[in-house]
Amino acid sequence: MRKFGWLGIAALAFAVGGAAQAETVKIGVVLPFSGANADLGHQIDKAFDLYVKLHAKDIAPHKVEIIKRDEGPPTGAQAKTVTTELITNDKVQILTGFVFSPSAIALAPVVTQAKVPMVIANAGTAWITNLSPYIARLSFSMWHHGYPMGAFAHGKVGCKTAAMAYTDFPPGKDSTEAFKTGFEKAGGKVTEAIPMGSPVQVPDFTPFFQRIKDAKPDCMYVFIPSGAHATGVMKAYGELGMRKAGVKLIGPMDLIPDNKLQDMGDAAIGTIVMGNYAVDLDNAENKAMNKAWHEAYGKDSYPDFMSAAGWDTMHAIFDAIKKLNGKVTDGQQVIDAMKGWTAKGPRGPVAIDAATRDIVQNEYAMEVVRKSDGKLGIKVLGTTNAVKDECKVLKLGRCGS
Amino acid sequence: MPQFAIIAVSILFDGLAYAMFLFITSVGLSVTMGLMGFVNLAHGAFAMAGGYVVVTLTRTLGVGFVPSLVIAAVVVGAVSVVFERGLYRRLYKSTDLEQVLLTIGLAFMAIATATYLYGPIPKSVPLPDWLQGDVNLGFRNFPSYRAFLIVLGVVLIAVLWYAFERTNIGAKIRAAVDNRRMAESVGINVDRLFTLTFAVGSGLAALGGGLAIQLFGLSPSFAVLYLVLFLIVVAVGGLGSLKGTLLAALVLGVFDTGGKYLLSDAGGFFVYAVTVAVLLVKPAGFYGRE
Repeated sequence: MRKFGWLGIAALAFAVGGAAQAETVKIGVVLPFSGANADLGHQIDKAFDLYVKLHAKDIAPHKVEIIKRDEGPPTGAQAKTVTTELITNDKVQILTGFVFSPSAIALAPVVTQAKVPMVIANAGTAWITNLSPYIARLSFSMWHHGYPMGAFAHGKVGCKTAAMAYTDFPPGKDSTEAFKTGFEKAGGKVTEAIPMGSPVQVPDFTPFFQRIKDAKPDCMYVFIPSGAHATGVMKAYGELGMRKAGVKLIGPMDLIPDNKLQDMGDAAIGTIVMGNYAVDLDNAENKAMNKAWHEAYGKDSYPDFMSAAGWDTMHAIFDAIKKLNGKVTDGQQVIDAMKGWTAKGPRGPVAIDAATRDIVQNEYAMEVVRKSDGKLGIKVLGTTNAVKDECKVLKLGRCGS
Repeated sequence: MPQFAIIAVSILFDGLAYAMFLFITSVGLSVTMGLMGFVNLAHGAFAMAGGYVVVTLTRTLGVGFVPSLVIAAVVVGAVSVVFERGLYRRLYKSTDLEQVLLTIGLAFMAIATATYLYGPIPKSVPLPDWLQGDVNLGFRNFPSYRAFLIVLGVVLIAVLWYAFERTNIGAKIRAAVDNRRMAESVGINVDRLFTLTFAVGSGLAALGGGLAIQLFGLSPSFAVLYLVLFLIVVAVGGLGSLKGTLLAALVLGVFDTGGKYLLSDAGGFFVYAVTVAVLLVKPAGFYGRE
């Protein structure tokens, strides 16, 4: 008996010791903080900071230490350098951020080798999640917006023909391919697909749009990276009087980033997009996030879909830390803890698909309207619940491998 | 009018508007390089600064768009003199590398300053009603803003041409570009002349920056993003040549627009193809001194 008594005390001491042991989880954040797309990085970074500030108590006694690095331009080269440094020098246990698909693609082999989980907060090329078992994605695949937009454009917007124009890099091709698949399945006809240069510079959109205007399709599906390009698209579309000429502007929600919408003016009114978030979405989590956002960053600063994804990303990371009681040294365990994760976020109900490690979320068809207070806003026209990445469902091309 | 003629006119119109923007923004760079052989990679930063002056005037102070453009050109032109006298002139006799390091450093500092003051989110400007919408030329509607660009460009070209070819100062500038030592030995103060042209060139860049907001949006990285384009115009036109810069801007503007319209799949490839072709035949550019 005596022997067992000692054992019990030892076990008790061990348990108490274990509970009191506060771990510090090192999280590497890689986002563009410089260059033409710096504001994209800031939109996510602000959401990360806000979530960490408001929810630090959720993982107590454990703490997180955030180390931020500049993702650089959308080529992946700088992202690879700084992320490798984060892994080897700073010994981070979880990586997150990653706005650009080329960054995520370049880093997939690195995180596989290092066995460090990479929780993507934006990069949307569909097949990225297939590249490494250590990747989980909380944002979207281009197919989340593009594919349902095809059916919606044909059925509800009344597009029988559509021209597609896209910025010429992987997510642009992905997004137009998704739209085309959905649109043609619904019975529509895509008249042409126009590449509009690299994502690095905003081009003069006028010649491309003039060509489309002259071809007179019912709708124009435009994909551009959600930065400075969006304003340029709206200006060229407005200047050319394309809406008056009967060419409706549709696309993924990257066309109307919430933080740039007010600057876009009347040209934007009537634009119909498919997306997973808008500031105006009516749910409790979104209202709470918006309130905290305005308190922290001022009344003229707005979160956008990237912020919403950033919020959910940090939420998933925190839940994994909580589930593993702060012991996140094994990357495989962290990823396993995230599989099947469900929560309510600013975008509505979200989940991580256990099979693909990709997000499952609602998609909202939204129209830009002038609200009663004179500001531009969106009106939700319809909701599709629990949308998975259709590219992986259909196992198309690289999504099947 | 037959369809192909309409398309041709349309391409010419859009290309011309684009060319005017290129010309206005690049001409200062060309003269600076031709006159002093000075490599000014901060030229785009002056354009960016002009853009932000326009944004501040129109958005915060409620000044009209066109007066703002004029004020931006004057303000940036005046401020550029401080830079020229304070920093640039120390490096006139230095190597190209040192000049490049100074000016690219200035460009990056300008980007950081603009990001600090205005944030990284692209800005736009409120336009007066008469610059929004389109004008009907009978057979087709054209965006009013582009028509405005063309008119403004033509007026500026006329003024610059007159100043360059018909005035005493213009003659001195031409003499200095042709043979600086000879010009100095007949008593032309090339140093002061250069300060003047530098200020005018920077002012024009600022005007171009203000005009560009409506075309591309304005963000701090404007300072280097479009610099390549300006350098191409200068290289294709020939250093220090007004005529060359104009011709290069026209050729590149029209080819770029036409290429994008007619062969969209090739996208922005045409600018570079034309550049390579011209420089193969004329390595010093259209009107450069070989």
